[in-house]
Amino acid sequence: MQKEKRKIVIPSQVLGDIKSKSAGRGTFVENGKIYSGILGVLNENERYINIVPLKGRYDPTVGDFIIGVVEEALGSGWLVDINASSPALLHQNEVPWRVDFGDTERYLNHGDCIMAKILSVDESKKLQITLNERSLYKIKGGHIIDVEPSRVPRIIGKKGSMLSLIKKYIRCRIFVGQNGRIWVDGDTESIEKVLQTIYKIEDESTTFGLTNRIEEMLKKDAKDVR
Amino acid sequence: MKSDIELIDSNGKRLDGRGPEDLRPIKIEAGVLHRADGSCYLEWGGNKVLVAVYGPREAIPRHSQNPLRAIVNAKYNMAAFSVEDRKRPGPDRRSREISKVISEALEKVILTEQFPRAAIDVNIEVLDAEAGTRCAGLTAAGVALADAGIPMTDIPVSCAAGKIDGHVVADLGKEEDNFGDADLPVAISPRTDEVILLQMDGHLTLDEFNKAFDLAVNGCHVVSEIQKKAILDKYQSASEAE
Repeated sequence: MQKEKRKIVIPSQVLGDIKSKSAGRGTFVENGKIYSGILGVLNENERYINIVPLKGRYDPTVGDFIIGVVEEALGSGWLVDINASSPALLHQNEVPWRVDFGDTERYLNHGDCIMAKILSVDESKKLQITLNERSLYKIKGGHIIDVEPSRVPRIIGKKGSMLSLIKKYIRCRIFVGQNGRIWVDGDTESIEKVLQTIYKIEDESTTFGLTNRIEEMLKKDAKDVR
Repeated sequence: MKSDIELIDSNGKRLDGRGPEDLRPIKIEAGVLHRADGSCYLEWGGNKVLVAVYGPREAIPRHSQNPLRAIVNAKYNMAAFSVEDRKRPGPDRRSREISKVISEALEKVILTEQFPRAAIDVNIEVLDAEAGTRCAGLTAAGVALADAGIPMTDIPVSCAAGKIDGHVVADLGKEEDNFGDADLPVAISPRTDEVILLQMDGHLTLDEFNKAFDLAVNGCHVVSEIQKKAILDKYQSASEAE
């Protein structure tokens, strides 16, 4: 197994020169030098210096699938908490139902959970989300947990390998939102098992060979493998 | 205030045995609270400070939002049991002033433009006080902000200097603060040496001020190394646990 060390960087650390590399995500430039602007793991390639954050809020990107919790029903839409730095707007034209003005509360109300997609992010970080897609709907039942948004790629795995692993050994339904919210549905026992697995992945997300270890763990107490 | 206590003896040793340029022992631990986005526990001599950071999240009330950048709300609070003779709980003039100067110092290092209309809340709780709590609070806040994954240009750090019995010394202790001649808390951005907080209580001549200022800045750099080590320790160990 390859074991290059993952380097942790903290704000104000010097990472390089703009003459040799370009400043990527999580960095800032001052007097021709690239500095780290955030606590994270250094990810350097030939052209860019990027930092993968270890912690922090979700940074919305257009097209991401997310899980939101409705905060407030407005006259012509809803305000939805998506774990970003400000709430997202879900306009009444962006839902699959015909909503009369002022009648928004009949469809979604405070506390309801939805699977949604980021429709737009403008330069002042105003967010719009949409439900107008076949795979998007209001969540009924199941369990939602929060994880660090930066851990999401690890929980999904390469081409969904980690997720399909969990689904293979435990009978359940899972949806992982890019904003670090995960929805799990199934019987009580399997939900408990899935949550344990996900927390383990989150804890050990910066270690190597995680997929194999998770598979061993799941194999041990698997009842019906599909 | 004059007293019979000799704050500094003929050998240049202070009440607690420190030399004029020595700091009190400092211990910093990052990420101690699970519910907060970022946190830090700091012990600096007899000071015990706990800091929790929340956000960036939507600023409430909405009229306080800034459409161009995030606002930083630092809240400095002393526990009732933090001093001898119980302190009356709740905000007072002193804590409001400290909250304000710390908020403004933190705003200078946080990349607030990345979070328009948001608020970053920094709660500084002084559990045990022994002179220099604003420095301890600001230093701990710097670590907690980094721990919360908030983008910033630098980790702010603070240290005080002052004058006791006519000698300029670094990092005043309790008696030195109470019976000394001047106290000069300084906070800097250690990468650039930019001053982000500077207050003074008492009297100093220009020469004394310059000397005290240099001592405080040197102290800041010492503390800064401890801060960075605290953050790295917390996350390095997590990534190497295998």
